[in-house]
Amino acid sequence: MTASTDQRTLVIVPAWNEQANIASTVREIRSATPDFDVVVIDDGSTDHTAREARDAGATVLQLPFNLGVGGAMRTGFRYAERHDYDRAIQVDADGQHDPADILRVLDGLEEADISIGARFAERGEYTVRGPRRWAMVLLAFVLSRIARTKLTDVTSGFRAANRRAIRQYVAYYPAEYLGDTIDSLVAAVHNGLTVTQVPVEMRQRRHGKPSQRPIGAMVYLFRSVFALVFAVMRQPVAPREETL
Amino acid sequence: MIFVITAMTVLFIAAVVLMLLRRQLQEKYAVLWIVVGVAMLVLEVSPPLLGWLASVAGVQVPSNLLFFLGITLLLGVSLHLSWELSRAEDEIRRVAEEVTLLRAEMERITPDVAPTDADDV
Repeated sequence: MTASTDQRTLVIVPAWNEQANIASTVREIRSATPDFDVVVIDDGSTDHTAREARDAGATVLQLPFNLGVGGAMRTGFRYAERHDYDRAIQVDADGQHDPADILRVLDGLEEADISIGARFAERGEYTVRGPRRWAMVLLAFVLSRIARTKLTDVTSGFRAANRRAIRQYVAYYPAEYLGDTIDSLVAAVHNGLTVTQVPVEMRQRRHGKPSQRPIGAMVYLFRSVFALVFAVMRQPVAPREETL
Repeated sequence: MIFVITAMTVLFIAAVVLMLLRRQLQEKYAVLWIVVGVAMLVLEVSPPLLGWLASVAGVQVPSNLLFFLGITLLLGVSLHLSWELSRAEDEIRRVAEEVTLLRAEMERITPDVAPTDADDV
């Protein structure tokens, strides 16, 4: 919490049918970080996510249909770029990410372009087992090598970006499953951006089922490997030349 | 029998041309189908041609050459369609993002544009 507070910061909350959680998440974010603007990207919800978010004091961007987290986030980064924000941070709508950690994750931007709030990083008691665990370990290992820094939780959605990273994300942020976390990160690193991670605790979702189904764990492992292999082999997409 | 097949081929070509005239099919796709239709027509009009082609290609049963060519073509076409679809999805996504940002700007600058899922009055 150094000089970082005089930078304009945008909190991006992608939300899809989260009417039960979104209001409290937005209020928590606004009370934890009153100086930051909060924008909720309503990813084609069929419930009252947009209304709840608006009433809680967030700016709401409504996608015409569901694009997935990647599409929602790229919209958020575009918004950040056009409104000239210095930094943007993604916070999930379901309350898993503790708004009290926002400043901590943002502080990671002092030393890198992208800062990831990571589970398993000494804090918290978040446990995963089986194939899903292997997938996370494998992803963490490979991405640590690529990014040349120790990363333990590369699929975490709790991540912050500085101006440079925002520009990179606007240029390349896949909407496909796992592309939003893995492929976008690999492309950013290939374009010379730096990554760091900050330990945070994850909380339980307040309402609704968590997205981890044990049956899908094996499929998750397979898709992770698939996404990773192609992410690494692809030609990186660089942001446009600065024209301002 | 060959007459029926030839008639179907002519209908096929006619359908492609009709869709072209109605602007329901882009020329880049239509060209391929017209070429395929004409090739079929040629084979149907002179059946010995297929036998000759098969012997040149070293295929013992002429119909197998036809199946091989047909399957290869369909495979290629479906791959091409997947490619086009991926591109189209990317473009749709890009447009959806842009519309979202513009709509938010409109809601901000004019009270005439009410957001969807607004409060019940």
